[in-house]
Amino acid sequence: MRFFRQLLSRVLQALALVLAVVVLNFILVHAAPGDPVETIAGVSGGMSPELMAQLRLQYGLDKPLYVQLAVYMGKVLSGDLGYSYFFNLPVASLIGERVPATLLLVLGAVLSAFVMGTTLGVLSARKPNGVLSQFITVLSMVGFAAPVFWMGIMLVILFASVFPILPVAGMRSIDSSGGGIADVLDVLHHLVLPTFTLGLVYLAQYSRLSRAAMLDVLGADFIRTARAKGLADRVVLYKHALRNALLPVVTVLGLQFGNVMAGAILVETVFNWPGLGRLAFESVLRRDYPTILGVLLFASIVVVVMNQVTDMVYRLIDPRINAQ
Amino acid sequence: MPQALTQSPKSSRLRTAMLVGLACLASAHAFAQDIKRGGTLVLGSTQVARHLNGAVQSGAATALPSTQLFASPLRFDDKWNAQPYLAEKWSLAADGKSLTLNLRKGAVFHDGKPITSEDVAFSIMTIKANHPFSSMMGPVEKVETPDPLTAIIRMNVPHPAIVLAMSPALCPILPKHIYGDGQDVKNHPRNSVDVVGSGPFRLVEFKAGQRTVLERFDKFFLPGKPYLDKLILSINPDAASLMLGLERGDIHIVPFTSAPADLKRLAANPKLVISPKGYEGIGAINWLAFNLTRKPLSDLAVRKAIATAIDKNFISKALQGGYSPVADSPIHSSSPFHVTDTVRYPFDVKKAAAMLDAAGYKAGPNGERFKLTIDFYPGPDDQQKNPAEYIRTALKKVGITVEVRTSADFPSWAKKMATRDFDMSMDANFNWGDPIIGVHRTYLSTNIRPIVWTNTQSYNNPKVDVLLNSAGSVMDPTQRKAYYAAFQKIVTDELPVYFIDQVGYHTISQKKVGNVPSTIWGTASPFDEVYLK
Repeated sequence: MRFFRQLLSRVLQALALVLAVVVLNFILVHAAPGDPVETIAGVSGGMSPELMAQLRLQYGLDKPLYVQLAVYMGKVLSGDLGYSYFFNLPVASLIGERVPATLLLVLGAVLSAFVMGTTLGVLSARKPNGVLSQFITVLSMVGFAAPVFWMGIMLVILFASVFPILPVAGMRSIDSSGGGIADVLDVLHHLVLPTFTLGLVYLAQYSRLSRAAMLDVLGADFIRTARAKGLADRVVLYKHALRNALLPVVTVLGLQFGNVMAGAILVETVFNWPGLGRLAFESVLRRDYPTILGVLLFASIVVVVMNQVTDMVYRLIDPRINAQ
Repeated sequence: MPQALTQSPKSSRLRTAMLVGLACLASAHAFAQDIKRGGTLVLGSTQVARHLNGAVQSGAATALPSTQLFASPLRFDDKWNAQPYLAEKWSLAADGKSLTLNLRKGAVFHDGKPITSEDVAFSIMTIKANHPFSSMMGPVEKVETPDPLTAIIRMNVPHPAIVLAMSPALCPILPKHIYGDGQDVKNHPRNSVDVVGSGPFRLVEFKAGQRTVLERFDKFFLPGKPYLDKLILSINPDAASLMLGLERGDIHIVPFTSAPADLKRLAANPKLVISPKGYEGIGAINWLAFNLTRKPLSDLAVRKAIATAIDKNFISKALQGGYSPVADSPIHSSSPFHVTDTVRYPFDVKKAAAMLDAAGYKAGPNGERFKLTIDFYPGPDDQQKNPAEYIRTALKKVGITVEVRTSADFPSWAKKMATRDFDMSMDANFNWGDPIIGVHRTYLSTNIRPIVWTNTQSYNNPKVDVLLNSAGSVMDPTQRKAYYAAFQKIVTDELPVYFIDQVGYHTISQKKVGNVPSTIWGTASPFDEVYLK
């Protein structure tokens, strides 16, 4: 009963948070200069005032902002994200079309950064002053310091001109017809550089974090006890120490999911990856309000859900939290 | 006596004609043999199409796919001559108030339904009501359809641009049985999904902002065409990536390239061909717009001094690598209405300073006369931002302090233009074929509106209004040219805008591409004759 009360409370909190984000986003987006009709006139090479007025009327842009907000909230609450002003397509279908690409990129980057970063952190914690540890430290610093967009551009130049072995744009080959194992391999081939670029900064973070956590845990009494019992170094390290050292990494992983989504905007733009980030970026430039708000709503929900999932995973890893 | 000389002149002419005919046939046969059918051509573009229906959406982004999907009554060659397309014959009435189109027999839409004059009438009235260029079909009153293959466009005044308005990029013929279902055509779902036209290619896939895949329409009304099996329009907002795609051979054609660094670098690539042809219809001009409602720019002497202080050759040659020729007129040099007899402002810093002195704008103790701002259209840096930065330094030399203001994106810049929140602005303006469509709008005093690309300079000269209205309502090309000549002279003298250069658009293609579109509308034309070698 207590669990369900807690769950209900969390769901209500999450809903309130998402609604607050929607309202805030709506106000911020509409505060930017210009409107979508001006963008449409721009890509049209000009437009008559009559036609512009007609479009504003159709899109409800002639109404006061609070009325527009009320209309939008009403639609969102009924599950309707509206139509893209620019593409004249349902926002839900535009988002649905782009979600797989972004999830592939974000999850690929996060998981590879998590696995590799933790492994490197553990390896460097074994001999904190060894050559490998120093190398990983330098690598982490570089990965952490290099801006995502800069790293992306450097990789594009490197792999487009010097070593043209990896595709530098798009999710599939241009003439790909889609489907089959060849398509999967094609997508994976295209995924390498964007994933590496997006994941590098997190790989650096996770390796630093897991190294510090491991060093901390390896000095704890229970590790000394385990070693005194004669357990193999591998068992002590991976069974006893790592499980405890993972706690801060998992916490950061969940909390940073929003950051990863934000980083995806830059990576998708640099690599022309057809995901939500690129859609959001281009929609901002076009003042395509329904699309921007739809993407932001989706991202907010994902972040809120990921925070909840992190909380649950946290409890699984550390039973003490449940006990409390 | 040689036998040939004994022949009558008539038989000699006949023999010559036969020989010429045979040579032509042989040449045509050889050409036909050279053309390789099939293959997939990839066109790369930075421009994102809102949807695929060019009847309700102008601009190159939509025109590229729209001209492949939808046929138009006429098409144009590279000399501005109308050519038969969906209409095999046409005739413009002497009074310029009606245009009769005789459609081809047997032409069908992609869904197999026949194309009739009803479709033409529906399309033209739809364009009149919804197309962003309201002046294009503005004078059209109605379209009569005496029989299924004849459409007569009736206008209330003579409309000299009506024939050009029948171009593929401007007049796609829509199937009435689909778009005439009562829904708003501007937001019609079939503008993006399951699009049905009668052009050389039919739609396979449209992924908004990503790619459009088209395939050969087997029942296209021109027998044997198109030559390609498939055409893919691949969108990448990053021009650098497109150039890399060209170099790697992933992309066959990239139109609308103007970056001098790219053009210079790729010119050395033996696999590529770079051509400036195909942009005559669009007629893009970079200009420096003045806000005439603000002092001191409302003073003609100041505008003339500013023009004199700017070295357009430097912009054209140094900043734009020589790819964008200097402009001296509001009408693009490729237009039949362009004249060279305009008022010029040779670069002369001393003279510019003296002009400002004479106008009463003496330099202060710090050498400054007055301050101005310059905005720029947030497009390619080499076309707008770099010239704006140069103008800042050039005007500094004559005591004008200029602040360059950057707009984050197009809506931010457009807002400044529409609300007259600017002193000067670098911008590109498109002529769109006939001056009626793309030129009049920025000079007519009746078009001073709070909208970008109208007369945002607030220029008002009744004589110019009369000249433009006259040129827009007479049919005689010579008379029209005379009106436009007078207009060009006045506008270059009064300088509501200072013309900097003609945007150096180029089409870059792989050498293996045959018949790269090079008509006045370039790649905004049907690709039915394009092939891969």
